[in-house]
Amino acid sequence: MKKDIILAGVGGQGILTIATVIGTAALMEGLQLKQAEVHGMSQRGGDVQSHLRLSSKPVASDLIPEGKADLVISVEPMESLRYINMMNKETGWLITSMNPFINMSNYPSLEELLAEIWNLPRNVTIDAEKVAKELGSVKAANIVVLGAASPYLEIKFDNLEKAIESIFAEKGNDVIQLNLKALRAGRELADKRG
Amino acid sequence: MQKLLLLGDEAIAQGAIDAGLSGVYAYPGTPSTEITEYIQASKEAKERNIRSNWSANEKTAMESAIGMSYAGKKALVCMKHVGLNVAADAFVNAAITGANGGLVVLSADDPSMHSSQNEQDSRFYGKFAMIPVLEPSNQQEAYDMTRYAFTLSEKFGTPVLIRVTTRLAHSRAGVQRVEVLGQNDLHLPSNLKQFVLLPSIARKQYNQLLGKQARFEDDALTSGYNQLIEKDNHKLGIVACGLAYNYLIENFEDHQVPYPVLKVGQYPVPHDLVRKLYDQVEEILVLEDGYPLFEELLKGYLNNGKKIMGRLDGSIPMAGELNPNIVAHALGIPVNVGHQNPAVIQGRPPSLCDGCSHTDSFLALNEALSKFSSGRVFSDIGCYTLSALKPLESINSCVDMGASITMAIGAADAGLVPSVASIGDSTFTHSGMTGLLDAVNNNSPIVVVILDNSTTGMTGGQQSSALGKIDTICLGLGVHPDHIRVITPLRRNHEENVKVITEELNYQGVSVIIARRECIQTLGRRMKLKAMQKMESNN
Repeated sequence: MKKDIILAGVGGQGILTIATVIGTAALMEGLQLKQAEVHGMSQRGGDVQSHLRLSSKPVASDLIPEGKADLVISVEPMESLRYINMMNKETGWLITSMNPFINMSNYPSLEELLAEIWNLPRNVTIDAEKVAKELGSVKAANIVVLGAASPYLEIKFDNLEKAIESIFAEKGNDVIQLNLKALRAGRELADKRG
Repeated sequence: MQKLLLLGDEAIAQGAIDAGLSGVYAYPGTPSTEITEYIQASKEAKERNIRSNWSANEKTAMESAIGMSYAGKKALVCMKHVGLNVAADAFVNAAITGANGGLVVLSADDPSMHSSQNEQDSRFYGKFAMIPVLEPSNQQEAYDMTRYAFTLSEKFGTPVLIRVTTRLAHSRAGVQRVEVLGQNDLHLPSNLKQFVLLPSIARKQYNQLLGKQARFEDDALTSGYNQLIEKDNHKLGIVACGLAYNYLIENFEDHQVPYPVLKVGQYPVPHDLVRKLYDQVEEILVLEDGYPLFEELLKGYLNNGKKIMGRLDGSIPMAGELNPNIVAHALGIPVNVGHQNPAVIQGRPPSLCDGCSHTDSFLALNEALSKFSSGRVFSDIGCYTLSALKPLESINSCVDMGASITMAIGAADAGLVPSVASIGDSTFTHSGMTGLLDAVNNNSPIVVVILDNSTTGMTGGQQSSALGKIDTICLGLGVHPDHIRVITPLRRNHEENVKVITEELNYQGVSVIIARRECIQTLGRRMKLKAMQKMESNN
């Protein structure tokens, strides 16, 4: 098993939480992993990405080689496109929220962005914020995206649920339940697409 | 013990705790901050009474660590690469005093300048000070080498430098811990003049350091951190330093490189190993993150030997960090190509947070300065450096910690009056205070705006050494009390703030305007914590 994943978004949108959930679940399955994060100045409203590499064999590079990512998981549509050069052209999937985060004056039109995304051979777009809002908090949008990406991860869904229970344990049962619901709702959306 | 999933920084921290650390000294700086934060948050560290408060700057941190080493205990001092410039005086001289308790200096380099002003390579500092340098290639080595660094330091009575780069500092992987060692007892050096660097003593100490060089190299041969991995294909030999080793093996099926590889993790690199590699191959490729330090050594000035490839001959670009693709290009291995990035994507540079006090400070400053010609604002290092970008475009310099005040002095001396300095609270106590004293002694016509958000913001909100002390520091340094003004940078105070700044711009002496409002991030965190505590007490 080998999964090279690029996680993308804007600083503060919770991509490191997605990485932590996947990473924790991967450890439960005895996988090896490396996860390169971005800290510091670029966090403030800027684009952020994380390279997450899972494998049944030892992982060498902390960075995924260009053109070899199996998945790009993004919580923002323009940010998802920023890393498609990293994706494997033959097999890679792009899973992204279609909710733009606009903190700049020259943000392109959403139609154009979605057209580029839908133009890719393998893509999943979801309205993660709408789903998260219906479940009670827009903050869980990142976990909705994770749910939508879960069929492509080759990690048992139970283990993702267990990972959420352990990661959010300190934040209390309400937060755990919200995020579990978000995960399942995202998964349902992906399954419905067939 | 189960493996822990740790950042490179956290692996270093845990490695130090487990090696019997008594104190960590540091000033926050990306990508080194998480080392000290990990120790501050560690329950074990608390139980073992490991001291871990932030220092005012890297120099004070380095000197405190030397003091702890003098007293016989193990000390770790952490900084980002440019922090080592600040600590350099103490650092280089610590090589001459030598260490008593283990003294380990951690410098985190930032090739590609993800969050820095340059990409200087700390290994040069190690060579300059003539001390051993360790460079881990992964998180496990970061843990193991930190422990080994203390052993090495006490074995040879020398400080040891550990060099990491952003990529390892901020990447997570599984780390296996080993047994925890006890801390040292208080014990002073057997020679109580060892740390007295009077010329007569320093000469002796320096000779001792020179005498240790051969043993440093011997140790680098036997420690296991430099390995010559023999292979049959002798067309090429590869030297891979630190993290570069991973990018190399990434390019081969099952990580099997067909050429002999010298994996380097400890400096000075043993001549025997290098000779052995050199003699058996036709050409050599040197892979190292940062400057071409080893490549230059191997090549020599005239390059009268075999072909050496690396950054100097353009096989690898001079600037920027390595990655698997750059290494593939250098090896002539074809790389995968992904989808093309569409032109519709726009850059998303970092920006000040919504509601940030700095925005209101600079809006007021911009307006007050609109009556003057532009180009008068010298600034410093912190979140507020982002005010150089649109929409504020307020500042005209960012050079090094504290340079705002002193550059304003020089510019005012040259006739640029008024000149303005803008500096954060933590940066002010890091390196701004001595500059302000210069300004007072010169009676320079400058306005110093201290942007007091009551934290070290850019690195994530660490405790600022300046907290609650700025007004009295300025008074103590001799700024006239009438010209120490405190404003609250809020949109609704804009007119009033413009007026205060204008008054001080018209004053022909040193003015300090303290723009005080807490960082929106730390405020948010504090409020959340308060709400949670309230909820808990209600339950």
